[in-house]
Amino acid sequence: MSSAILEIDNLETHYGKIHALRGISFSVKAGEIVTLLGANGAGKSSTLRTISGLIRSTSGSIRFMGEDITRKPAHDIVKMGLIHVPEGRKIFKGMTILENLELGSFTLEDEAERKRRLDHVFEIFPVLEERKNRDSAFLSGGEQQMLAIGRSMMTDPKLLLLDEPSMGLAPFLVQEIMKIIVRLNREGVTILLVEQNAKVALKLADNGYVLETGRIVIEGDAQTLREDESIVKAYLGE
Amino acid sequence: MSIQDILLQQLANGLILGSFYALVALGYTMVYGIIKLLNFAHGDLYMIGAFIGFLFLSVLSPLIGDSWVGILCSMVLSMIAVGLLGVLIQRIAYQPMLSAPRLSILITALAVSMILSNAVMAFTDGEYLAFSTDLGYEGLEFGNVFVTYTQMVLVGAAALLMTGLYLFVHRTMYGKAMRAIAIDQDACRLMGIHVNRIIALTFFIGTSLAASAGIMAGAYYGSIHFFMGFVIGLKAFTAAVIGGIGSIPGAMLGGLLLGLLESFGTQIPFIGTEWKDVFSFGILILLLVFKPTGILGRTEIERM
Repeated sequence: MSSAILEIDNLETHYGKIHALRGISFSVKAGEIVTLLGANGAGKSSTLRTISGLIRSTSGSIRFMGEDITRKPAHDIVKMGLIHVPEGRKIFKGMTILENLELGSFTLEDEAERKRRLDHVFEIFPVLEERKNRDSAFLSGGEQQMLAIGRSMMTDPKLLLLDEPSMGLAPFLVQEIMKIIVRLNREGVTILLVEQNAKVALKLADNGYVLETGRIVIEGDAQTLREDESIVKAYLGE
Repeated sequence: MSIQDILLQQLANGLILGSFYALVALGYTMVYGIIKLLNFAHGDLYMIGAFIGFLFLSVLSPLIGDSWVGILCSMVLSMIAVGLLGVLIQRIAYQPMLSAPRLSILITALAVSMILSNAVMAFTDGEYLAFSTDLGYEGLEFGNVFVTYTQMVLVGAAALLMTGLYLFVHRTMYGKAMRAIAIDQDACRLMGIHVNRIIALTFFIGTSLAASAGIMAGAYYGSIHFFMGFVIGLKAFTAAVIGGIGSIPGAMLGGLLLGLLESFGTQIPFIGTEWKDVFSFGILILLLVFKPTGILGRTEIERM
């Protein structure tokens, strides 16, 4: 397990009285794309929210690059290079595209480096550069997702947690976003991808885990999961 | 004096009054924007600002006199002290209430307001204190309208503070983070922003602006009193609502507008100075009926 960038061990999380995660264990190796699949309410988003520190786990442990981050506050986890792009994008509507991106590099002091990262984002998403001084509230769903991913790139991530980036997007935009995820991965970013759209996710992932009511019920390499008709039928709603 | 001169004179008066309102309204609106709290203790921090400024001035005046230099120096010191007090209040009284129902934190704010005003009452025996300064009555004449240097410096200082705030909020990373927290706290945490630190910074800036208005008003009107924050707190709240609560340019606009309306309102036949509060709060009621989001406010679903 020495090459694992993220190791989750027996993680449990409660939302008030709801037992969202009931002992989840898995790991992500550096350079991989790993996907978490499952129906609504299976605990996919809760897993990401617990890892990034937005909610506290009740037991279990999370290790990132060998360091225990289970009790670290969210803003300190970000500084280590673990970035979470939340469900629903959560861009800062009412602020310009440029301001959104700048806030992604909030922890950075080096202006030259900020400029370099900004150029990199604009190279991948030229549409964001064209409209950089416009209010982000007026972007389409696909553009908002691009902004959310672009904003996370400003933090210079080592591990990116992506929560349903395909949600509400037209099929050709989903392809577009998936291409970008693969590109980021080739550039060296490890990806943990949460998806309801299992077909799309398994196409680009190395490994997959299927969650059901807060537990991992199936795990395996993406190809096996993709080809096993019974799994796809039983858990992935095809 | 012709009608024109009277109106111009009221314009000058209105700008001064409006500057005070705007400075206090800014803190109201910033705190509301970031943690959705109507900080009823805000007017009392204006009052504390005047008293602490008064203390600094009495210590400093033997050294640097009690004209503008002395007043501005005490103002800066008072802004820092009261800003820190604002942060302390936020940490002790409001922070633990952030996850409680909204009504609890509102009542806490009322309690903080009473504690502050009663503490000052106890220290001063409820007396008016003469805020003695050496400002003089020189000024410039514009036609038949006379504006003292004092009035010009007051409006200038207020304009400078507001410009500074505007630049801070739009040009610096911390300012942008402040606006972003008002939009989405969780997203901010995921950018590595230490949310509680930015909230503390917001309280510091908001209360220090109120303190600056307090000491300027004390120096301008010549006396201070433990109850002086009450009415201006309500007026600043009115100004913030007029501009659209949560909006920083809205608070500046609302403050100036309310100041101007009040000064001109006193010139309407049969409505004398004694009716000016009725006039202001009448505007508040009309606004709440016809445009509850204010001039620059955004429509929000949840309201307190």
